[in-house]
Amino acid sequence: MGDYFHSVVLEEDLCMGCTNCIKKCPTDAIRVQGGKARIMKERCIDCGECVRNCPYKAKVAMTDPLEKMADFRYTIALPAPTLYLQYDISKFGRDKILTALKMIGFDYVYEVARGAEIVTKASNMYLRNHDEPRPMISSACPAIVRLIQVRFPNLLSQIMPVKSPMEVAALNARREFCERNPEASPEDIGVFFISPCAAKMTSVKNPIEVENSGVDGVFSIKSVFFKLLKQMGKIKNAENILQAGFGGVRWATIGGEAKGIESDNILYVDGIQNVIRIFEQLEDDKLKDVDFIEAAACPGGCLGGPLTVENMYVAKTRNFRLKFVLPKMLNEVTETELDKTAFDRYPEHIDVSTLDSDLSVALQKLNKMDELCSMLPALDCGACGAPSCRALSEDIVRGKAKLTDCVFVLKEKVRNLAKEMIELENMLPPTLDNKSSGKAKGDF
Amino acid sequence: MSDNVVKLHYDIDAEDFTTAGEASSGVKKTLTRLGVNPEVIKRVSIAMYEAEINAVIHANGGVADVEITPERVTVVISDRGPGIPNVDKAMTPGWSTASNTVRELGFGAGMGLPNMKRYTDEMYVESEVGVGTKVTLIVNIVS
Ligand SMILES: Nc1ncnc2c1ncn2[C@@H]1O[C@H](COP(=O)(O)OP(=O)(O)OP(=O)(O)O)[C@@H](O)[C@H]1O
Ligand code: SF4
Ligand SMILES: [Mg+2]
Repeated sequence: MGDYFHSVVLEEDLCMGCTNCIKKCPTDAIRVQGGKARIMKERCIDCGECVRNCPYKAKVAMTDPLEKMADFRYTIALPAPTLYLQYDISKFGRDKILTALKMIGFDYVYEVARGAEIVTKASNMYLRNHDEPRPMISSACPAIVRLIQVRFPNLLSQIMPVKSPMEVAALNARREFCERNPEASPEDIGVFFISPCAAKMTSVKNPIEVENSGVDGVFSIKSVFFKLLKQMGKIKNAENILQAGFGGVRWATIGGEAKGIESDNILYVDGIQNVIRIFEQLEDDKLKDVDFIEAAACPGGCLGGPLTVENMYVAKTRNFRLKFVLPKMLNEVTETELDKTAFDRYPEHIDVSTLDSDLSVALQKLNKMDELCSMLPALDCGACGAPSCRALSEDIVRGKAKLTDCVFVLKEKVRNLAKEMIELENMLPPTLDNKSSGKAKGDF
Repeated sequence: MSDNVVKLHYDIDAEDFTTAGEASSGVKKTLTRLGVNPEVIKRVSIAMYEAEINAVIHANGGVADVEITPERVTVVISDRGPGIPNVDKAMTPGWSTASNTVRELGFGAGMGLPNMKRYTDEMYVESEVGVGTKVTLIVNIVS
């Protein structure tokens, strides 16, 4: 686990050490040390909050360079539904966008929106066949799955065991391409996800629900946006390669997934802090009457992802307009498409909060932490590089920081020291001190 | 170094209904920090939540004292409410004196005390009419 890859990384040169990001991080994964905001790998869930909040653009989400296409004989593009909402839909319809993807070099295009429709069907089947537990939580957002792994281990059994639309799309795309091109062998095919999302990149490198990801590379929407726009201007007749209806396309926005669930009791929540509040309720065994929860780390859902171009609200209106022009589905989901959509393996608890593996020691450390905390000013100012006074006391107990990292503690220490020096300075040797001479007499 | 017992104290306020459950939530966070088995945490927090809510709904609030040792978690919830006239009866699943308003809030199924019993290893209810109620919940820590 030491070599866990993260999409979200720090551009050291750009970081000013300003502490803006440390407070926004939902898993307390960032510390400013040596003037740079460093990410603790085991805690980071790649939600992209710091990417969104850094005023100096020093937190970035790494994706693959487009040159990676050259590594494969055949290439398939998997556009995320969010891609469609980046363009003015009255001018650049989905058929044009898909055609443009082929024009920039992809041999085949498979819509992740279709993968989403398959996932909807598989999820509904799962809910019909399993009465509990409830509610089930969508597994589509990898940042959320990882949030559950690090912060809500009790909810692991409630994760819907259906692969993400991206993985399902990759499976089906490869299969379809091989059927149509019998000369192609699966290893010759590079499958590339066109992504709004940093966490998806991480989940391709460190798969959660599959042994090996079906995706070979991830390109950010930002990196293809202008290339596609340029091509679209040239298109006279767009190819008819649409596979998905509104049922899949609407997954770009929050609620798009949940609305496809056959239940009156669905809940959808966006934005990582809001999700945490709902999960806390779930942990308390509340919300038992809800059947399904769609949770997205990004505000608004994937259209608020860190690798998008268009403003989230503008994209949202476009999604709303599509509702009136698109049929819900173009083709029914087949048995073949549903094949292998169940989880290959289950996400496990990643313990990042335990103070010590020995409970006795952990109890002592907790007491120590409380003691330290009471010595700190409770201002949560961040100047020490930790997000809160409590976090600093935890870091101290873990041996990663010291009490004088707190500027207030340091100042007080200096003040006390100065006082002591003045007192020392005032003290005279008995031979010179005539104040004490009278008293001292006779005491000898 | 400090000893290996952690003690926590919470006031359970009945005035502000939105804060109901805060004590059990806090205990849950602490137990997570300590690396206690998630199943044990779940049992403690469900049982404690029920006792906390009872103190709010039936007894106008109270206090919670929690002691965590390497062997067990002990939760004591005490109040100065009306007391329970017949504890055995109150322990029967489905038995409830909750008012209609309370029922409208989603409580009053008469399952709180039976659930506390179910989720703990030991449970004691001491109650005197007109004086108050003290519920002790013990969950052993198995690693
Ligand atoms: N702290 C208390 N003070 C006074 N009476 C109590 C207290 N706790 C429980 N009771 C009495 O015992 C009854 C049963 O309690 P129990 O928690 O099992 O059910 P409930 O609170 O009525 O409903 P539920 O817990 O299912 O929402 C209550 O209706 C109430 O009459
Ligand atoms: S909401 Fe969508 S874009 Fe954002 S992290 Fe989750 S999957 Fe990625
Ligand atoms: Mg009750």
